[in-house]
Amino acid sequence: MPSQAPLQNEKTTEEIALGVRRRVFEHTIRNNGGYLSQACSSAEQLAFLYNEALHLGQPTMPMIPPPFGGVPSADNPDYVTGAGYNGPFEPQYDRLFIAPAHYALVAYATLIETGRMAPEGLEMFNKDGSSVEMIGAEHSPGMEVHNGTLGIGLSTGAGLAWGRKRKGEPGEVCVFMSDGEVQEGQTWEAVQAAAHHGIDNLWAIMDVNRQQCDGAMDEVMQVGDIRQKFIDFGAHCVEIDGHDLEAMRQARAENHEGKPLIILAYTSPTKGMPILERRFPRLHYVRFKSEDERAEYNQAIAADLGIAPVDYAH
Amino acid sequence: MVEMVARPYAAAFEAYAVQHPEVIALSADLTSSVEIDGFRDRHPEQFLSMGMAEQNMLSFAGGMGLAGYRPFIHTFGVFLYRRPYDQLMASIAYPRRKVRLMGFLPGITTPGGMTHQAIEDISVMRSIPNMTVLETGDATEVEGIVEAADSIDGPVYCRVLRGSVPRLFDSPLKVGEMRVLAEGTDVLVITAGITTEEAIRARGALDKAGVSVRHLHLNTLKPFDAEAIVAHAASVKHGVVTLENHLVAGGIGSMTAEALADAGLGKKLIRLGLQDTYAHGGSRPYLMNYYGLDAIALVRGIERLMGIETGIDEGALEAVRVDAVHSSVKAEAL
Repeated sequence: MPSQAPLQNEKTTEEIALGVRRRVFEHTIRNNGGYLSQACSSAEQLAFLYNEALHLGQPTMPMIPPPFGGVPSADNPDYVTGAGYNGPFEPQYDRLFIAPAHYALVAYATLIETGRMAPEGLEMFNKDGSSVEMIGAEHSPGMEVHNGTLGIGLSTGAGLAWGRKRKGEPGEVCVFMSDGEVQEGQTWEAVQAAAHHGIDNLWAIMDVNRQQCDGAMDEVMQVGDIRQKFIDFGAHCVEIDGHDLEAMRQARAENHEGKPLIILAYTSPTKGMPILERRFPRLHYVRFKSEDERAEYNQAIAADLGIAPVDYAH
Repeated sequence: MVEMVARPYAAAFEAYAVQHPEVIALSADLTSSVEIDGFRDRHPEQFLSMGMAEQNMLSFAGGMGLAGYRPFIHTFGVFLYRRPYDQLMASIAYPRRKVRLMGFLPGITTPGGMTHQAIEDISVMRSIPNMTVLETGDATEVEGIVEAADSIDGPVYCRVLRGSVPRLFDSPLKVGEMRVLAEGTDVLVITAGITTEEAIRARGALDKAGVSVRHLHLNTLKPFDAEAIVAHAASVKHGVVTLENHLVAGGIGSMTAEALADAGLGKKLIRLGLQDTYAHGGSRPYLMNYYGLDAIALVRGIERLMGIETGIDEGALEAVRVDAVHSSVKAEAL
């Protein structure tokens, strides 16, 4: 365990990961749709980040998210981002960018599980006038910059990390990434720039679930040996089982002096909810085709997660 | 004889940047082409080479802004918005990062052809919320653009002239303040960038032909001072001619049209510039003549607006060039 990572919550990271799956599951059943497979694949990673790996201060934002307060403009001096849910923007604290902003539902659930947002926050998800947006916006809880277009997160993180390193700030920059982003050229531009400039206060953990919007990545666009590609572009890159927290801890502790660290967390997009395998490879957004299917998934997944089925309105 | 200033940007940027350590020069493999090679050599700690990777460079600059730095991105104007448009929007413009986009080779000031000529940059940049757009028209404005850009509370795009640049003005660029170069009563001429020098040439001949020109030079394209434009337009008899180193769609011609229409001012408007066309590679004088961006094009435009023939030809414009430019400098000093 890195010494800089005090437990920030009384729950274990395993408990938080389970809680994240439960919350996203309940939300998906209630709303007849949601980013459920992303919870399956990334719950351990986000739980690990918030509960162990990141050095974050106490939230500066209200537990119940305020409504949408307008976009940044010269006429909106009170504008704030969602960064305050990750703690104050001070030199000693780490920053976290959620690069695949459609993981927002999972990220919000993690904020709740780690005591950074009230459960009511999730009820505001994708409601008109809410800041708890479906695709995490800069002003959404836990979001610090706009990342909705895939591939820009690592570059932004690299720029921030460069600045923090130059100023001698101890806080590091972490980017949570998704493997589809390796199809974007900008990802490779970012890695080469971070390596060229020795930006080693930057690290990323990538949810390698091999899924993208159109289906399985290998069907949509093969990306080859991404670990070797990251190494060739100058990063320090390790592969782990993304559901194995001990492996995650060891990967985070890797020496990556002079280079950014990329942790490839190989995951299952159906982890903890095996009934989702029926839908493979269409897992990007789970919506039920019928009330019967919804009821069947409700029963099966609730049993897998050890909770009662969701009592939802039809 | 008009004074020509060599590489005014180079000296101006260095003088300013060394006084402001939060200013960092970013370059995408065009360091000498954008006149910061000397700065790089003398102040490597304030220079970042980003390679030929503009998408990363723009998002990276956004991250630097988040860390409290004010990156000055130096490259050709086209490379700041065509390929990395998404990054420009999401990483710089939306969050109002103090990123200074220094766009060299505006319009047809390069023989590099379509891929190098920023002919729609004003149109693109001015439609981006939170963006400020500035343009330099002479050496004095180039010298002032660094400090002016860095005074903006948010992102700013600047059309910067490089190389040998004429000195037309002796008062510094002030953001938001257009220059009134002539106060005639027949026709209002609005120019910016390199077309201002052309209009100054034309004015000398037009004066002799009895056409009284009111001439505005713009260096702040966004925010656009529509109220002042409308007031000037209302004060002339025949109407308005805009002349720009840009497509007439979305540029100064469009801005003027919008201002006149919004105000309900029924004045004829002739928009000179690139007319829904790409340009190709060639010298600046050739391209300005071929695409109708030069002094003679302006004369013909004014003739069309007023329904007259002045008898001015290219030879007459050549003859007035030097004196007219010089006298404008003097007028500006009054």
